Amino acid sequence: MSSPATPRKTKLPFGSFLERILSKLGLRGRTLVIAIPTLWLFVFFLVPFLVVAKISLSEAMIARPPYSSIWNWDDGVLNLTLNFGNYLFLLEDTLYFAAYMESVKIAFVSTVFALLIGFPMAYTIARSPDSRRNILLMLVILPFWTSFLLRVYAWIGFLKTNGLINAFLLATGIIDEPLIMLQTDFAVYVGIVYTYLPFMILPLYANLVKLDDALLEAASDLGAKPAMTFLTVTLPLAVPGIIAGSMLVFIPAIGEFVIPALLGGPDTLMIGSVLWNEFFSNRDWPVASAVALVMLAVLVVPIMILRKAQAASEGASQ
Amino acid sequence: MSETQTNIAARPWADKDATPFIRIKNVTKKFGEFVAVENVSLDIYRGELFCLLGGSGSGKSTLLRMMSGFETLTSGSIEIDGQDMAGVAPYDRQTNMMFQSYALFPHMSVEKNIAYGLKRERIAKAEIKQRVEEIISMVQLDQFATRMPHQLSGGQRQRVALARALVKKPKLLLLDEPMGALDKKLREETQFELINIQESLGVTFVVVTHDQEEAMTLSTRIGVMTDGEIVQVGEPREIYEYPRSRFVADFIGSVNMFEGQVKEDADDHVIISSPDAGADIYVAHGVSCTLGQKIAVAVRPEKIQLSKARPNNARNILKGKVDEIAYLGNLSVYQLLLETGKRVRVTQSNLSRVGDDAITYEDEVFMSWSGGAGVVLQS
Repeated sequence: MSSPATPRKTKLPFGSFLERILSKLGLRGRTLVIAIPTLWLFVFFLVPFLVVAKISLSEAMIARPPYSSIWNWDDGVLNLTLNFGNYLFLLEDTLYFAAYMESVKIAFVSTVFALLIGFPMAYTIARSPDSRRNILLMLVILPFWTSFLLRVYAWIGFLKTNGLINAFLLATGIIDEPLIMLQTDFAVYVGIVYTYLPFMILPLYANLVKLDDALLEAASDLGAKPAMTFLTVTLPLAVPGIIAGSMLVFIPAIGEFVIPALLGGPDTLMIGSVLWNEFFSNRDWPVASAVALVMLAVLVVPIMILRKAQAASEGASQ
Repeated sequence: MSETQTNIAARPWADKDATPFIRIKNVTKKFGEFVAVENVSLDIYRGELFCLLGGSGSGKSTLLRMMSGFETLTSGSIEIDGQDMAGVAPYDRQTNMMFQSYALFPHMSVEKNIAYGLKRERIAKAEIKQRVEEIISMVQLDQFATRMPHQLSGGQRQRVALARALVKKPKLLLLDEPMGALDKKLREETQFELINIQESLGVTFVVVTHDQEEAMTLSTRIGVMTDGEIVQVGEPREIYEYPRSRFVADFIGSVNMFEGQVKEDADDHVIISSPDAGADIYVAHGVSCTLGQKIAVAVRPEKIQLSKARPNNARNILKGKVDEIAYLGNLSVYQLLLETGKRVRVTQSNLSRVGDDAITYEDEVFMSWSGGAGVVLQS
């Protein structure tokens, strides 16, 4: 990590003794600081990723662990068996493709709704007086203090046939018979939008709070009515926040497993549930691993595109 | 004020029958309990470059923001060009503002920033293009048209802000500390440029500033504000030479203030006995006052002569010792200590390069000024 362009020595706070030892090992303070997160990523991300990649190239078998080894040592010959059959299987069975599409759709629609609900909330918080702002932010974060699982369960109480919402609608005479909301895609949307809304609000808030009032006044002064000011000034300047918030909702939503399992119906097909079934019900670890890796690929490409767009727009606004 | 009578066309405020372009009548603005602007009445005429001058918290920016429509009036009224502005939103006013921070849209290029206001008026694209080009060349930003604001220097940003406000051809341009973010040298250049632009376009300018030198350079008239009130309105010369209160005398330039009592009151002069100065002070203008009234005489530092020998024919002579000297190049500033303990500030032009008998520290010197140099201040 140490580049030859930076010959300046970085002094460690605890004396030259440690520095001398480190320099004998060819390490500088700077290298050490970067080494810790690098090591962390290596041990807890790259190694598991390679293990999963390895499993995805093996064959399922009834054994412990339930997959074949991809190499074996036999009489001085190393045999490497790479089985791409799992990936081909994902292509053959339309279930997987449908599940990916459905996941992307649900995540996308949820992100749009989270944005539509989150933007006005973030805007209101950012525009409120300092004293009220912290309380409102607290209210956004407060749900995190209870278990995520409990909060999703609570929605069952709201959405079920004899739940609170139906009881209210029946009592007020708006509907004659209870709506079926639980175990539908609708419930999954509600659950995902509810759960991930703070992830939308917080980055949007962080962006909108920096918006200079003088810019809004300038637009108004130059003849823009409030709606026009919003479209031409507020919204374009909020794009980095919108992108950050949308990614924080979209990425976890696509792999969401608990919410569709609890709120969704038998028709709700999300890749997270498929993964769970392959792994625990079918005990087909190789196919499950292949599903996981393809999901990663599905996610990484749009993320990289968005990051690029974000970096470009941030460069322009500074 | 003999020249008051000359050239009334260029000085409509001297004409009692002229119709003011902006009529500010008994305007008060309160923020909760705090009174930011208190009962201000002010007339500004077409084509003026009017400066609102005051320290921070004097209410000058609030008054400007009420003209632009960003603040509502608690009471009173503002008329611009015969129209009462109450209830007219900023986007419906034919005024434009140049913000202290410039408030350039960071996501738009120079051209787009300038075209923004024209686009809101639904003007044909070709005309927008032409008007933007014209104003860009007027403020000499031709090669920067496609740059983003963050790629510009402070001076260039200021020009963009000015162009953006001017391109709409407003009836009234409001400028909030237009030079505040520029360094001294650039500020001086820009001041004259601003005057040229204002004169060539004939737009009425109202400038808010805390810098008295800037106000003196720019304005046709100055309104001095403090604590939400306008304490004096007048031409720069009038404000400087005939301040009406201790505050104005002190705020505009520096001044020596001698407190005293009226000893002799005639039609053409007054004599004030001042314990501060340790002598009687002769002022060659009549003042409506009573004998024994407590009063102050203000004398500008540059109106006092210094000499080692006692001058013969000066109306006012004081003796003191040189305490401090500050050499500023074109001038030297002397701090003199009177026997009464009062300090007097005197500035002298450095006419020759080296003075053989230059006044130096601890010298006993005489200060003298004519009868017309002092101004009597009653409040």
